[in-house]
Formats: sequence, C-alpha cells, structure tokens
Amino acid sequence: MPREYLPILIFLAIAIAFPVAAIAAARLIRPAAPFRTKLEAYECGIKAASDSRGRYTVRFYIIAILFVIFDVETIFLFPWAVRYKQLGWFGVAEVAVFLAILAVGYVWAFKKGALEWV
Amino acid sequence: MLIDTVLFYIFAAMVLSGAIFTITRRSAVHSAISLICSLLGVAGLFLLQRAEFLFAVQIVLYVGGIMVLFLFVIMLVNLDLAAKARQFNRAWAVGIAAVAVVGAEMAWFLYRGRAAFHIAENGGAGLGSAAAGNTEMIADSLFSEYLLPFEIASVLLLVAVVGSVVMAKKRI
Amino acid sequence: MHAIISHPLFAPVLITLALIAAVPLVAGYLSLVERKVLADFQVRLGPMRVGPHGFLQPIADAVKLLIKEDIIPSDSDKAIFWFAPCVSTCAALTAFSVLPFARNIAVADVNVGLLVVSSMSSVGILGIILGGWSSNSHYSLLGALRSAAQLVSYEVALAFALLSGVMAAGTLSMQGIVKAQLEHGVWGVFANYGFMIVPFAVYIIAATAETNRAPFDMPEAESELVAGFHTEYSGFRFALYFLAEYANVFVVAAVAVTLFLGGWLRPFPGVSWLAVPLNYGFPAVLLGGSGLLTLTLVRKLKDPLQQKVLVFLAVTLAILGAVFLVPAVNGAVAGLFWFLFKVSCLIYVQIWFRGTFPRFRYDQLMNIGWKIAIPVGMAAVLINALLGMISRA
Repeated sequence: MPREYLPILIFLAIAIAFPVAAIAAARLIRPAAPFRTKLEAYECGIKAASDSRGRYTVRFYIIAILFVIFDVETIFLFPWAVRYKQLGWFGVAEVAVFLAILAVGYVWAFKKGALEWV
Repeated sequence: MLIDTVLFYIFAAMVLSGAIFTITRRSAVHSAISLICSLLGVAGLFLLQRAEFLFAVQIVLYVGGIMVLFLFVIMLVNLDLAAKARQFNRAWAVGIAAVAVVGAEMAWFLYRGRAAFHIAENGGAGLGSAAAGNTEMIADSLFSEYLLPFEIASVLLLVAVVGSVVMAKKRI
Repeated sequence: MHAIISHPLFAPVLITLALIAAVPLVAGYLSLVERKVLADFQVRLGPMRVGPHGFLQPIADAVKLLIKEDIIPSDSDKAIFWFAPCVSTCAALTAFSVLPFARNIAVADVNVGLLVVSSMSSVGILGIILGGWSSNSHYSLLGALRSAAQLVSYEVALAFALLSGVMAAGTLSMQGIVKAQLEHGVWGVFANYGFMIVPFAVYIIAATAETNRAPFDMPEAESELVAGFHTEYSGFRFALYFLAEYANVFVVAAVAVTLFLGGWLRPFPGVSWLAVPLNYGFPAVLLGGSGLLTLTLVRKLKDPLQQKVLVFLAVTLAILGAVFLVPAVNGAVAGLFWFLFKVSCLIYVQIWFRGTFPRFRYDQLMNIGWKIAIPVGMAAVLINALLGMISRA
C-alpha cells in the first residue's frame, strides 16, 4: 500500500471511534425513562395508520439511476481532466465525442420529460 | 511488510463476511449494508495493490452510486413483504452447476498462481513505479490505447439512459 | 522521545487528533456564528444569555445534547438506527484527512485527494438514507428520500465543476492543486481568461445544495417534514447528524478554497512585494483590531464574570494578532491563516444565502439541478478544455 494512505486509515479509525465512544459515554450520564407512547414514531398524535415502509413514487428511482449513469460519466472524465494538456487536441476530440453521445441521451430524456419532477 | 499483511486480512475479512451476510440476512436493507461492507473491503484491496484511482472509483461509484440506487429500490418496493413469502424457486441444479464452475476456476487460479493471469501489455511495467501517479497512467492508456472501449462505454451509458427512462415511465 | 517525534507518522497523527478534537468545537461555533449573523440580518440580537453575547452557547448546547435522553422508537430497526448517524459523522470527519490547511499542515497528501473527499461525501448520503429508513416514521423516510435524491442530483453538477477545477490544476492531489496555482501565479477561479468563474458558480450552488442548506434545505423543510430524516433522532445521535452537517459545510468551503481560491496562498501569490503587507499586516490588523473592538464591548456588560470572559477573549485575539508579527512564526502560520480566512468568507456567504433567498419548491430544486446546473457544468468542462488548449498553444 502507498505509505501516504496510512495516516488516512488512522484518521478513519479514530473518526469511527469518536462517535461510538461519544454515544457510549453519553449513556453513562443521560437519563433513560422510556414508556410506550414515548417510543412511538412521531405522528400527528395518534398511532400511525400504516407502516411507513410502503411504496413510494418511481421518480426517486429515475433520479437515482440517472445519477449512477452520470456519475460513471464524470468518473471517466477525471483521468482525462488530469492529463488533458498532455493528451492534446486528440483527447479533447475524444471527450467531445463521448460527451456528445451522452448529450443525445440527456436531450432525449429531457424531451421525454424524464427530468420533470411531477 | 507486516502492516500490509494485516490490512490485507482485515479487508479480505470485510469482503468475505460482507458477502456471506449479504445472502444470509433476511432483511433486504441489512443485506445491502453487508454488500456495502464487502464493497468497501474491495476498495481497500485495490488500495493495497496501489490502484489508488480504482480505490476512489470503487467508493464513489459502488458505495455512493450503485448502493444508493439499491437502497432506493429497496425502500420503494417494500421487499420485506416479499422476504416473508415462501421461497418458490428451487433451481438447485443450476445453483450447484454455477458453484462448481466458479469453484473449478478458483482451484485453477490457486494451482497456477501468478502464471494464470495474463497481464495486459504495458500493464505490468507501471505497477512497480508509483512515480508517474496512478491516475495519470490510467489517463494515458485509456485515451490512447483503449480509445474504442472508452467511446463504446458512452454508447453503453446512452443505452442505460434510454432503458431506465423507458422502464420507469408508463407513457413515452 | 526524539525517536517518536522524528517518526514519519508523528505529525499526521498529531494533526489527526487535533482535528478530531477541533471539528466538534468548530461545528458548534459555526452554529453560533450562523445564529448571530442571521440575527444581525433580521435586526435581532440572537443568543445573548450564555456567556457574554452568547459566547458560550455552543458549549451549553453540547452539554444539553449529551445529557438528553436517547429515544429509540420501538418500531425502528435498532442496529441501523444506532450506527446511521455514526456513518454520517465518520464520513464527514474523514474528508478532513486530505484537506490542505497549509503547506505543511495536512494529515495526508495523496494522489487522488479530491476523489477521497467526494467519495466521503457520497458515503455520507448512506448515513442519511439509513437513518431515515431505520426510524420507521413517514416523515423520516420521506425526508431521507428527498434528501438523498437532492444530494445525488447535485453531486453530478458538483463533479462537473470539480472536473473544471482539476483541469486548471492538472492533478487530483489537494496540495498539488494549490501548488499548481502557485506556479501559475493566479487563483484557479481567474484561470482560463476568467472563464473558471462559471464552474466556480456551479460549484457554490451545488455545494449549497449538497450541504442541505437554505435555499435548498428541502429535506428539513420544517413546515412540511418536521425535521426531515432525523425527525426521530434525539440527544447525542441528533448531535452527530448536526456535527456531520456543519463539518460538511466546512469541507465544501475548504474544497472550493483549494480548487478555486488558491488554498493557503495569499491573494496575488505572484506579486512578491505584497508578501509583507498581506502576510504580516493583514492578519495582525484583522485579529488585533477584533480584539480591540471586543474590548469596547466590555463596558456595556453588567456581570463581572461575563466581563472577565470577554476580556480574556479580547486578549486572546490580540495575542493571536501579535503572533503574526513574529517573522519566525509567520512563515508557519500565514498559510493556515489565509486558508481559514477564505473558508470563513465562503461560510459567511453560505449564511448570507440563507438569510437572503426563500426556499425553493422541490420541483424547482430538481429543475435547477438537472436542467441548469448539469448542462452548464458539462458545457463548462468542454469550453475550459478549448480555452486551456488555446492558452497552451
């Protein structure tokens, strides 16, 4: 492993330990007086009529899948962004084609109203 | 290096235990979390192999992208009801065949060791030297040698855009 | 003893411990600053009771949250409810490990530093989704879905803006990005004939949405979703989400400063005769002046204890200002000062947004993300490439 990542892993370990230790330490001093109504989910005052884990609108799914697609796209471009001056006009042309093909998909989705939040 | 060995076993344990819990947990969200653990372990293994860029990509894309999508889907369709239903597909034969194939592959690689892997041209040379920087090396080979796969990837992503919109929208 | 100090891990571990100890404090004081600044916008006083001018309010808040009862709803998924806030906090904290605070002050400087920050921000989304889902309350789940959908939408625009910044610098290492700006003699935001201002604007908008802050604070739109994904959270678990949120505010500002505003470089890094007035004069006048202005407030306070706290604060500020006049120390702390000063300015701008803009509707928010920010960011990448190639030739 490259040496310079070791401090990040140490940081990560301490960053994991900090919230866990804080919650555990808080347990020693905080009160604990639960009763049934207190432990109900927050609602308008009467018990929720249905379990909240039901079915929700498919819009969220479209957003998530479009995000994954565009995320892949941007990740592909990061190596190019680092080296684009060395790769020259040829690299710019490559990326222009890459982005153009995806722009077609974007415009199509736009026209079909997939980006519309209803 | 001792520390590398220790980290390898930690990451490998994350990958394997995550994978096992992914298929054994009843609740879909618990499975997803186990899968996240497994994917993070894979990211760690990439890091141990000095593939820094892939390490970051693994976390950004798989943990931050694909798993968010998975969790969305789990939340949207309420899989908990499905999990309580009796399992109806009993395709044992197919399952055993698949396991046998994968097991044979694993045995082959363990038996042959390094020789079983065909390392791409120029791929092996870059692994040793970290001087050039991992991202830069990826850029140089992706945008010169592997130009066509890169452009085809954009077509693949285009198909994914069309497919997802067609699937999710009732009226087009 | 010498063997410990000269160990290559000594400085990173020391900075790690200092950061982990400082971030909760900074997050608390950011909330105080936010309340005070907003109060000022609205011609109110803001918190005034705990300490002089509410100076000790964050401490009181932290203690209160620490000794509050921790309520875990009976229908919740207890294990996930337990660790979801830890995921958010841990991700937000870990992003600090690659921030370049000064030339020599950073926990780690890695080749893919910028991607480490964005990977941590994407892991933070998981904490929100899992927290909202495990609460098993309608408000939490809807808040989590909205929040996550908003975060992922703006993450794409954010990535395009980062791409432009990376193109100007030619590296993903955070220290490397700052050093590239030192070599060019100009801040990233003015590179490429000033066109970088466009990705910078995209970044600021996307980053505001990414930290769930007004005018994009839909997930916590208190008039419709109570408190969004952390409706069911109380006590210290709520504090962890709160900490993650303010830590993220700092991180996005720090990334903007690193990529676009020169990181720990002073203004005009290429003009050498400005070094003395900017590196010595400016921090000394700013901090010393604040100390003197604080002293003028002491008379107005009645309580002697509060007066003492304020005098202590004023003297500390003045000493901090005086430290910048010592040449030996100045070289080490001037970079840190500029970095923190720029970050503070950007955070002030974010608070300013909150005091100025009304909240968007959710469909408007999605429209801005998908129909404006993403195409603009994408076009900015291409135009930057063209301009960069022209300036190279």
